[in-house]
Amino acid sequence: MQPDRTPLLSVENLEVHFPIRSGVFQRQVGAVKAVDGVSFSLQRGETLSLVGESGCGKSTTGLALMGLVKPTGGRVQFDGQEIRGFNRAALKSYRRRMQIVFQDPFSSLNPRQRVKDIIRAPLDIHKVGTPAERETRVAELMERVGLRPDQADNFAHQFSGGQRQRIGIARALALNPDVIVCDEPVSALDVSVQAQILNLLSDLQRDLGVSYLSISHDLGVVEFISHRVAVMYLGKIVEIAPKTRIFAEPGHPYTELLMRSAPSRDPRKRHSFSATNDDIPSATKKPSGCPFHTRCPLVTAVCKTTEPALTAREGGQMVACHNR
Amino acid sequence: MSEMNTATHVPVLQVSDLDIEIRGVNGAFAVVSDMSFSVRAGETLCIVGESGCGKSMTALSLLRLLPEAATIAGGKVLIDGQDFLAMNQRQVEDFRGEKIAMIFQEPLSALNPVLRIGEQIAESVRQHRKCNRREADARAVDVLRLVQMPDPERRAAQFPHELSGGMRQRAMIALALACDPKIIIADEPTTALDVTIQAQILGLISDLQKRLGTAQILITHDLGVVSEVADRVIVMYAGRKVEEASIYDLFDRPFHPYTIGLMGAVPGAGASSEAGDRLADIPGTVPPLWNLPKGCAFAPRCANASARCLEERPPFEEKRPGHWAACWEHDDAA
Repeated sequence: MQPDRTPLLSVENLEVHFPIRSGVFQRQVGAVKAVDGVSFSLQRGETLSLVGESGCGKSTTGLALMGLVKPTGGRVQFDGQEIRGFNRAALKSYRRRMQIVFQDPFSSLNPRQRVKDIIRAPLDIHKVGTPAERETRVAELMERVGLRPDQADNFAHQFSGGQRQRIGIARALALNPDVIVCDEPVSALDVSVQAQILNLLSDLQRDLGVSYLSISHDLGVVEFISHRVAVMYLGKIVEIAPKTRIFAEPGHPYTELLMRSAPSRDPRKRHSFSATNDDIPSATKKPSGCPFHTRCPLVTAVCKTTEPALTAREGGQMVACHNR
Repeated sequence: MSEMNTATHVPVLQVSDLDIEIRGVNGAFAVVSDMSFSVRAGETLCIVGESGCGKSMTALSLLRLLPEAATIAGGKVLIDGQDFLAMNQRQVEDFRGEKIAMIFQEPLSALNPVLRIGEQIAESVRQHRKCNRREADARAVDVLRLVQMPDPERRAAQFPHELSGGMRQRAMIALALACDPKIIIADEPTTALDVTIQAQILGLISDLQKRLGTAQILITHDLGVVSEVADRVIVMYAGRKVEEASIYDLFDRPFHPYTIGLMGAVPGAGASSEAGDRLADIPGTVPPLWNLPKGCAFAPRCANASARCLEERPPFEEKRPGHWAACWEHDDAA
């Protein structure tokens, strides 16, 4: 079979700006450009990871694509169709094919609902099947994610963190979506349980061909789960490349800094980390030109005035840097 | 000079057979059992484990800061040769800060939000040292400089909310160092930080230890952090030590199946994983502390468990020179 090369999801120049209001009349005095012109595409069965540190806009990008915050600009195409205006009607059919798993398995499940009702909710909302069919589907989904169907009448608080995340995954799978946005799905979990959930996500992709847009700050998780990686910094993608490429030859100086900052796995190869204070600028006071120029070892005059565009390099790598 | 020499051999902190209990609605249960360890000046001991293993309870007990429901049910804590658990409240307060100090995970909740950074540090200095306000303020700026806080004079006059996350953690470390303690306990000091900021703080912690020769206990769930800073490591599971070894022995040849499992479960540890690969996860979950299995607490999740493991708890014993573990397996089954 020829793989289908038209992307399942294509995002062009996505913008999410939040107004900053001030004064008696709450006039807008500026904007937090949480997501500031982000473009990428996602193929069927592929995992693209958005990585970056707090405030880089990775989660807001995920929420905007789900229509959970309204984008202020840009175009989103899903399976060749443009999602116009992100209004209720446009979102309903689109959300059937695009689901999300949240970071915190404690706050993202309703504590007053039984597990079977949590997992069945998407089927009810989209009126899929008869009540009996929905019941069967819930049992099937629970088994699929490694939960015992006889626990269907329990409440979320009766489950451990890892099991709750399985419930969240079952809910996301209920409608057989094409894409699941995974917003830090394992960062609240202990290492041994985290590995179970990562394995589950990887099995589901292999068996169901679902695409993941994975949002993560953990490079270990990113390296495990992704096919391609996009690195974000202050609302922009600074580099996007196939996983093996980006880990072997990071193109952008920020990607390098991220990778250099990850603790070593070998006590004989310790980093000598610099103790000097070097903060991420606030998203409300973004530097001019290249957003990374205040921390960049390669900075030159042009970096302070002109913002570099993402340009193609070898091996499917795109880098936004004047000096690379 | 001779004093200096003995100081490096005698442990500054010695904990033996520490038991901590929590009183719940259905009676008391142990959260930490038979914890014994010691730390010498200039040494970094890491205590690693997952949620509920008792690592944070152990840390809090060393400052006698346990939450109300928890009590020390037995054991001994010697700090600089003195019996810390036998002291009265006043003596304890004198010891805290002066001999032993703590760096907490969340600087924003550990620092006082309505006091300027400099005042908080000076307050601690004045409690332990005979000095006037001016001297204490000067000391505050000095320790802020020591932790490489940019523009220390100005930062001393700011409130915690005015600082970035990384700077707040620096302020927290400065507060801990204010009275030159002999032991610093750091409970997940970088967990709340971004990875590039975590690197700076780990760099700072290593730098400071080299310069000051403090004994350190670092509590963490992150084997990467352990690999960066530890001299010696204790792995805890369900309230007990399951393994203790030097950093190299532990990473080169972990003995306990739980330690081996943890190391295998960390993603990205392999050279380069292909999407579709599987991680070596540990099946099941940690048993609840009020309902621990009879034998080895890890046995229900252990691939090598035998009938004996389910019945009898294995002793914590020396498996190889300087390498201890609680497991019925012998020799190099690992």
